[in-house]
Formats: sequence, C-alpha cells, structure tokens
Amino acid sequence: MPTLQEIKSRIRSVKSTRQITKAMEMVAAAKLRRAQAGATQARPYANSMSAMLKSLAEASTGDISHPYFEEREIKKRTLVLVTSDKGLCGSFNTNLIRKAQHWLDQFSPSEVDLVLIGRRGADYFRRREFQIVANYHDWGGQLNYTTARQIVAFLTGRFMAKETDSIHLIYPRFVSISVSKITNDTYLPIKKPAQESVQAGSAKQYIFEPGPKEIYSELMSSYVLTTMVTVLLDSFASEHGSRMIAMGAATKNAGELIDNLSLTYNKARQTKITTELLEIVSGAEALKA
Amino acid sequence: MYRLKIVTPVKVFYDDEVNSITAPGKLGYLGALTGHAPIITTLQPGLLTVRNHLDTISEMAVSGGFLEISNNVATILADSVEYLSEIDLERAQAAIKRSRDRIKGLYTNEETDQDRSAKSLARALNRVNLASRLKN
Repeated sequence: MPTLQEIKSRIRSVKSTRQITKAMEMVAAAKLRRAQAGATQARPYANSMSAMLKSLAEASTGDISHPYFEEREIKKRTLVLVTSDKGLCGSFNTNLIRKAQHWLDQFSPSEVDLVLIGRRGADYFRRREFQIVANYHDWGGQLNYTTARQIVAFLTGRFMAKETDSIHLIYPRFVSISVSKITNDTYLPIKKPAQESVQAGSAKQYIFEPGPKEIYSELMSSYVLTTMVTVLLDSFASEHGSRMIAMGAATKNAGELIDNLSLTYNKARQTKITTELLEIVSGAEALKA
Repeated sequence: MYRLKIVTPVKVFYDDEVNSITAPGKLGYLGALTGHAPIITTLQPGLLTVRNHLDTISEMAVSGGFLEISNNVATILADSVEYLSEIDLERAQAAIKRSRDRIKGLYTNEETDQDRSAKSLARALNRVNLASRLKN
C-alpha cells in the first residue's frame, strides 16, 4: 500500500499530464479544422484535372506520348512515404510504417530507394537497409507550395533521368476525422487514361489550342504537382485528426486514473483516521483504568 | 445558357449558369456562347469576362490554367482567380518588384527559377493592369 504522500503526488502528476493532453487535443482540433477544409476544398480541382486529362486522352486520336506516361521495365523503384514530423498521434505513423515495411518486404534493398516526407518515417528507416535518397521534414504540418514543388521537381527529375522506373506513394487518405485510409498509389509513370475505341462519328471533335502536345505538357506538370499537394493535404488532415483522437482518449484515461487514485487516496485517509481514533480511544481507556 | 465551373486549387470559385464567357486563351481571347464546339485550351494571365444567366457581367483576373468546353459544360481550372474589385494592388506591386529583382539575378544565393519568375511577373502585371483599369 503506497503512502498517502505518494498517492497525492501521483494524482498531481496525472493531473498535469491531463492538462497537457487536453491542450494538445484542442490545438489539434483547431489545426484539423483548417487542414480538413484545405483537404476537402482541394479535391474538386484534382478531380476536374483528372477529368480533363481523361477527355484529352479520349479526344486526341493517334499516339499520345509524354515522358510521364512512359512505362519501362522496372529495375529500380522509389517509395515515397508520408508520415508526420511529430508523434503523439496514436497509431498514425506506426500504421503507415508497417504498411511501407510490408510493401518493401517484396523487394531486395537494392531494388528500392526511399523518399521520406516527415521525421517519423525517417527515424524508423534510418536504421534499416533501404537507401534513403531524400528526406523532407519540419514544415509544421502546413502546406508549403515551395517545398511541394521541390519534392515534385526531385521526383520527376529522378524519373526522367531514369534513376528510378516507378514511383510509389504511401500516404493516409483522409476520409473523416477518425478514419484515414492508408493508400498505396503509383505516382509515376502515370497510368494512361484509356483511349476508348473511337467509333466513327461518335467521338467528340475537340479543338485544341495551341495543340494537344502543348496542352499535354502543361497539364501533366500541373497534374503531378496537384497530386502531390492533394497527398500532403490529406496527410496533414489525417495527422491532426489522429492526434486529436489520441489526445482525447489520453485525456479521458487520465481522468479515469485520477478518479481511481482519488478513491484509493480517500480510502487510505479514512483508514488512517480510523487507526488514529482507535489509538486515541484505547489510550484514553488505558488512562481511565 | 450553359454551365460554367471555375475551380482553383483552393476552392470552387464559381459554379453557375452563364450566357457567355470571354477567356484569355493561349492564342488570344476567345468567346464562348451556348453550344460551343468541344475545345480544350490553355489560358494565359488575363481578363475573364462572364455574363451570367441574368446577363450580369462580372470581370475577373485569371492567372493561367485550362479551359475545357464540352456538352455545354465549361470547366476552367485556374491557378488563381479573383474579381477585379478584390485584387490586392499593393501585394501585386510587391510581387512585380520581387519577380523583376529575381529575373535581374539579385537573389543569386537562393534557388531562383527564371521561368517561374517570369510567370509570376506576368501574373502580377496582369493583376495590376486589370485593377487599374477598374479604377479609371
């Protein structure tokens, strides 16, 4: 049985922990609101862009070629893993890393290299055998277009220079505050939108200005950036959601702990008082006799 | 009357029935009425004029993007759009200065992309031009 003093200091420490987790929950909730708005508002743009890419592919008869479409024999893959910089967000990073590790297990270390966004992933893979070619971190869970552009430039550069033949993305797709779906997508090469078999007469005759090729090249570079931005926004929103829930649970647990400890404390206090009373009474009895 | 959607990376800017639009295509301004032939074009920074289904005209500054029209639906994917009255003139002027300095190579220490600086200059110039046009 711990002494009263010990229980008391234990309660105090749990209380201050609860204060911290409560504060973190509120901060995460505030950040989540913004991140969630960002993630959901960016979707229509990304969707419209995919739609436009599709109609462009359907409409342009003949060969459409762009370096980003090029599917070649895969000798080297790159995995882009998006994790968070900071912890205390439940199983968020663990799940992402597990998924990545699971995927990586199919390959030997010489076949895959890693691009890690976020500190947590880097901390894990630094001690593993896969080579890390780039690590982006410390942007405070907010989207920064300059960094996004750098990442895209780096990835497309490697792909174009044939240093990698296929780029995969593992990131949490934001579904709702408590649900994010860990997704594994191919970033490059971009899957060519199906050119539907052109039935004579039914195909829409598009006018292209300036020409299909120029439009393609502009659309593709916008497309890769938009995809990356969407991925990052989703990841931020998921991170904050995950943290909010983890911290909410922690606050609740701390509350329960405090209740239990208070109960133990009061019981111990009562026992002590009873013992003291007994002593006094028996002392008085002894004097009387 | 047809449907116009203007979407930017930040939000859906406009989604309504319109009678006509005039957009700054790469090869020059183009107007589109109901039943326009399918077209896909890139846009350059310029003035986008929209006449909605009540024949109210609104003018906006668009800073590049794409326009697709098919089946009486026009979609504009814009890098950024704002109504002329909402242009932040000071910010645009600061951007002009910054891009000019970049192009001149004043910031040699940081990574500057000449192509991007030129594009951002064009965007800022467009904003200033259109905003001052509104004033006069």
